[in-house]
Amino acid sequence: MKNETRANLIKQGAIWAFILVELAFFSIAGEFLSVTETAFMDFDNMLLLLKQSAPIGIIALGMTIIMINGNIDLSVGATFALAAIVLLDSMTWPFMQTLGNWAIPLAWLFALATGVVLGAISGLIVWKTGVDAFIVTLGSMLGYRGLVFMYNGEQPTSHLNWTLVDFAEAQFLGLHTATWFLLGAAILLWLLMTRTVHGRNAYAIGNNRDAAVNAGIRVGPHFLWNFMLIGFLAALSAVVFYSESGSVNPNDGMLYELWAITAVVLGGTKLSGGYGSIISTLGGVIAIQLLRKGLGHIGADTETVNLVIGLILIAVLFLDRQLNRKGKEELRT
Amino acid sequence: MTDQTPALRLEGIVKTFPGVRALDGVSLTVMPGEVHALMGENGAGKSTLMKVLGGILAPNEGQIFIEEQPTVMSSPMNAKAKGVVFIHQELSLADELTVAENIFLGELPKKSFGRVDWQRLYDETDAILKTLNVGFAARTRVGDLSIANQQMVEIARALTVEPRAVIFDEPTASLTDAEKVVLFEVIADLQSRGVGVIYISHRMEEIFKITDRISVLRDGQYRGTLNTAETNEEEVTQLMIGRTLDLSRNESTHELGEVALEVRGLSCGGLFEDVSFSVRRGEVVGFYGLVGAGRTEIAETLFGLREPSAGTIHLAGEEVSIHSPADAIKRGISLVPEDRKGQGLILGMNCRDNMTLPQVSDLTAGPFVSDGAEVAIFDQYRDKLDIRTPGWRQLVGNLSGGNQQKIVIGKWLSMRPEVLIVDEPTRGIDVGSKSEIHNLIRELAAQGYAVIVISSEMPEVLHVSDRIVAMFSGRVMREFTAEEVTEDSLIQAISGLTGKTA
Repeated sequence: MKNETRANLIKQGAIWAFILVELAFFSIAGEFLSVTETAFMDFDNMLLLLKQSAPIGIIALGMTIIMINGNIDLSVGATFALAAIVLLDSMTWPFMQTLGNWAIPLAWLFALATGVVLGAISGLIVWKTGVDAFIVTLGSMLGYRGLVFMYNGEQPTSHLNWTLVDFAEAQFLGLHTATWFLLGAAILLWLLMTRTVHGRNAYAIGNNRDAAVNAGIRVGPHFLWNFMLIGFLAALSAVVFYSESGSVNPNDGMLYELWAITAVVLGGTKLSGGYGSIISTLGGVIAIQLLRKGLGHIGADTETVNLVIGLILIAVLFLDRQLNRKGKEELRT
Repeated sequence: MTDQTPALRLEGIVKTFPGVRALDGVSLTVMPGEVHALMGENGAGKSTLMKVLGGILAPNEGQIFIEEQPTVMSSPMNAKAKGVVFIHQELSLADELTVAENIFLGELPKKSFGRVDWQRLYDETDAILKTLNVGFAARTRVGDLSIANQQMVEIARALTVEPRAVIFDEPTASLTDAEKVVLFEVIADLQSRGVGVIYISHRMEEIFKITDRISVLRDGQYRGTLNTAETNEEEVTQLMIGRTLDLSRNESTHELGEVALEVRGLSCGGLFEDVSFSVRRGEVVGFYGLVGAGRTEIAETLFGLREPSAGTIHLAGEEVSIHSPADAIKRGISLVPEDRKGQGLILGMNCRDNMTLPQVSDLTAGPFVSDGAEVAIFDQYRDKLDIRTPGWRQLVGNLSGGNQQKIVIGKWLSMRPEVLIVDEPTRGIDVGSKSEIHNLIRELAAQGYAVIVISSEMPEVLHVSDRIVAMFSGRVMREFTAEEVTEDSLIQAISGLTGKTA
């Protein structure tokens, strides 16, 4: 039994070990190859890294829950863009402009509500039709992206509110606003998944759906809640990011779903559901951002970065498989 | 007993599926404190009846009474709340979760804000596990438990409520003898608390050991109820299948050919060690032992699924190394696996495609798969093995267990093997089909195949084998011929007692 606890610890610690390896590698490689003078492990650099992790990170946290539940959500990128448009555009509405700075929380509310509603639509369809979440959210991804383009054509939607920018750029205890949102969401969701009945049932459903149904767990409502949650998180991610940037392109958020899934899988969550952890996903998000920044630091261009991340993802999952084998006693496949 | 109110009464239950009348006016009465066996061949409607009772299926007609109150079971949860608990035959556990979470699945104790009350959960689970006398704790991950222990978790689920009636659907299918004793104690305890127990099993010796009455279903119809004390196996069997059954020891012998398969000193890690035996053409060698003795692992090694760490395998006198199932098939070894549904068949495919699966790449007409050749093979083995199916288009998942097993056997026979390994040939198969499969195995040997049968059921091993290899924790304890074997000596051998007491 002790062995199993240890194996479990190794499993959950693997992503953090990987992060340490990355840090060491880029620090040393940076000494020789760096295009700038600053060290890679610079404190400000690391803070910035956390902040830059936030948009995809917050979405990836939601994706973890969806995937533990045995589903997948491909529509988060489009939800992200649509929520961003609602956030920025709503502040230009005449009645909102009369409210002064009170328009800000209201705009946030609108954006977050948008996310929840979009998530609820996907969730309801998955629940009521029984169609696989992959197909349903593939459809809603296309549909929501269509709505994004209908809103303003190919034009970007912009509105810069300086109070908002100040808030988004603020640092509290050294950490940026976006980082606080990421960490806060991670802690709340971790509590949700480990401490609540909803969270534990989500694991059970993803692990063995028939068993859950036989035990009287109502699978559909759990799906709906989780899709609403990921919609909310996608919108929250948009709120955090666009409060600062103030302009959204209709193509923004594309491929975010895939980056989020990459982070979740790197963090060790099973694609088939039933196993995974919010904290490990946080590790996955940071690991990816470290790779991007680190490769940039030693002078690689974006194309190379994506190639390397892709290769590392496959390598890591292969390694994971090898480590989990039981040696010669295992069945061959 | 007659003046008591029945714990549970079913009256005139009818359940139809498109094209089938699965249950046809079935009535059943279960008294409190009674163990009531429900028997019938696979496909007789037992499972359907229990699903109706457990709230998984809604009946088309008929009424369920709990303590004479008419009741409608709307869901499994609803049934459980009314005190009717269904312990599934196929494990329905979430293996990434802990034992405690699985036992209380769907009804985790709650604190404020929907938080799980872990303290209460673990306390209550520990209390239940204590009554079951098992060797694992509430916090153990279910996936780390053995199959038998997982079955105990499944049983523990029944004890979370004050049940009025508990349905056990083949609970002993994967339990060892020691664990069976614990299970029977649990059942006796339920009985003494006035709970009505419905016990579904194909194993006669269990039925006669623990049940009070036996009700029999055949083809969806109620055939009658017998008092266990006043009946015998023959009568029950006759009621079930409408004819008598031959359960005697294997006596027929036929000419044995040369040695087809010989294994010398085969080992695989800690799974089994230094295993040597040989099988001749026309011979059935039975492997008997407890679950976990390493029998299945030997079969998997012979079939190329595991890499042996030492030892040699000889086929027809020639040393071979088998690296994959494809290798094994090419050399004439076939394996009918233990888990029919999980390893032997593709349930969502039809009968023909399942049967021709290993050779479909050879059955081509130009670039396409030749339908005619496939159907021809299917027809040949359907007739040969007497597979009862409406046609080759029938999905395998809709067949009864016996017919499914025949499809698997037919699949391998069509590959014309030299050595046929059959792992638990009759697990979860009803009595009637069981003897058919036994006869089939004997017949195959008579035709010159070398057959290895792995089984956990002593009557089965005794019935089909020419020789019996007894295994205990990864080692061959002793080899018996059909003439010299006795039940006692066999039990001693598989318990690791050979040599010292004899």
